[in-house]
Amino acid sequence: MAARPGFSLATGIVLLVLLLLSVVLSATMGYMNVPARDVLQVVFSFFTGAGTNLDPVTVAVVADVRLPRILSAVLVGGVLAVCGTIFQAILLNPLADPYTLGISSGAAFGASLVIVLQVFGLALPSAFSVPLFAFGGSVATLFAVLALAAGDRRLSSTSLILSGVIVAAILSAAIGFLKFLADEQVGIIIFWLMGSLSGVSWQDIFMLTPVAFAGLVVCLLYGRELNIMATGERAAATLGVNTVRLRWILLVTCSFMTALCVSVSGIIGFVGLIVPHLLRHLIGPDNRWLIGLSFLGGGLLLLFADTLTRAVLPSEVPIGVLTALIGGPFFCVIFKKRQQDGSAGL
Amino acid sequence: MDRQDSDILWQLDQVGFGYGEQPVLSDLDLELEKGQCYGVLGPNGSGKTTLLDLLCSLLVPTTGTVDLCSQPLSGWQPRQLARKVALVPQDFVVRFGFSVREVVEMGRHPHLGRFAVLTEQDHALVDSVMEEMEVAAFADRPVTRLSGGEKQRVAVARALAQDPEVLLLDEATSNLDIFHSLSILGTIRNRVHEQGLTVIAALHDLNLAGFFCDQLIFLKQGKLLHQGTVDEVLQAEVIREVYGVDARVRQDEFSGCSQVSYRVPVSR
Repeated sequence: MAARPGFSLATGIVLLVLLLLSVVLSATMGYMNVPARDVLQVVFSFFTGAGTNLDPVTVAVVADVRLPRILSAVLVGGVLAVCGTIFQAILLNPLADPYTLGISSGAAFGASLVIVLQVFGLALPSAFSVPLFAFGGSVATLFAVLALAAGDRRLSSTSLILSGVIVAAILSAAIGFLKFLADEQVGIIIFWLMGSLSGVSWQDIFMLTPVAFAGLVVCLLYGRELNIMATGERAAATLGVNTVRLRWILLVTCSFMTALCVSVSGIIGFVGLIVPHLLRHLIGPDNRWLIGLSFLGGGLLLLFADTLTRAVLPSEVPIGVLTALIGGPFFCVIFKKRQQDGSAGL
Repeated sequence: MDRQDSDILWQLDQVGFGYGEQPVLSDLDLELEKGQCYGVLGPNGSGKTTLLDLLCSLLVPTTGTVDLCSQPLSGWQPRQLARKVALVPQDFVVRFGFSVREVVEMGRHPHLGRFAVLTEQDHALVDSVMEEMEVAAFADRPVTRLSGGEKQRVAVARALAQDPEVLLLDEATSNLDIFHSLSILGTIRNRVHEQGLTVIAALHDLNLAGFFCDQLIFLKQGKLLHQGTVDEVLQAEVIREVYGVDARVRQDEFSGCSQVSYRVPVSR
């Protein structure tokens, strides 16, 4: 559509401005109110290394507590939304999300394993072994799913989805067993499964940022090919798209990105499903725009949810619960509207 | 016949294809020439689509060799092949609400570098093929909302936007009304005559084949039964042998080409 690129660009700029404003606004909010001017001063001094004449407590709260958490919300939300876009495009399925191939179950299994081992007295430092095991669990799951699906040389979306469902089903049974073993410690597992950004540090940001941007670049490189995939595998292949290679590259890239996010934040659902849908509704299905805008949109949504639970609600609600509670009704409205337009599910 | 080797596009030598033990095509020897319009005919499951898939490297033969322009097909880069050969698939399903124009523009993909955007010439070509296939009127509508026939026209437009030397049509007119099927096949036929386009079309309608094609290839149970010009092979005996149907073929003055009529009851 002739009007689309201009509108997409405008949407992108609006999202970017909103995101930057939200970052600053969110940093002012919390137990202690910090004026926006002071937040900007802290950020400025962080980059330039110049000193500030602010109260050191204010600086510490903004720089060491709030900013890492805010940035992690943006990064995790952005990555999940981008991966959702890619998974939906690659699996030709609007119901797909970053967890469709069982990444979340693998991570949950890894994390539960650590918690159960601790119950049995194996002293693992949970600060880094939970994320490590979660990451290992998701990567192992990814390879199990791909190995199972690769028997089909075309790596069709049906094979991939089915393999994901099979592996995830086995893993959820295993997680159930671990919960049973954990006995009274089961609360820790459940809380981790619902996701939280309360424990993030600058180290997490330094790890997530390069991965998020490298992954984003890889995804953007294949935007046009992803569009062509929407017209079917055979049709895409006759246009010179190597569909199998495209699937491998993007599935592995996005799964690694998702696994890293999950290891930092636990399982945060719905962002990866809803953001691509909302944006597709708004700017159309062109992946070349959708990928970048998903990052901004996902970052914005998760930052909103995290700020709500951190600074507005009387006590911290698990963020995975909040994203679904905020996103769900919104999603229902869109879905209803599209049903009336006669294009439900597309 | 004085024929140059360079006029030969495909050379199939003892080609066979099967899923597991089940052969779909076997012992196929075939030469396909430039600037001709071939019709691939045969009953359901005779291997027509498989043959087209083998020609554009969607499938790899289990036995035998397929050469395109004297080079093994397996040696062709996918994008290089896509600049030469375009396929219009039988079922053109588009997920997500891409507009007609966006889908037709995808046809330029094999000609574009990774970061290239469409040039003015690309846009002009896209516009002209959309006019030709009569889809320009709804260029901004999502393809998901089109009728089956409109979708097929979009698929042909996209294949023509590829600017190919060869067009493979897999039942590409099965959903079209009489007017559109004649006008679109007529347009493609003009391209064969005027621009030297080569067409290989899997067809069901023998009358359409008589109107549209220069050469016919009859397949049955994965074997090549007859190949030749329309006059040579569009014969009652051939139709009985291939389809098991009683038919009469006559030269029709009104349409100016061979027409087939059938008679019930059908004898086997």
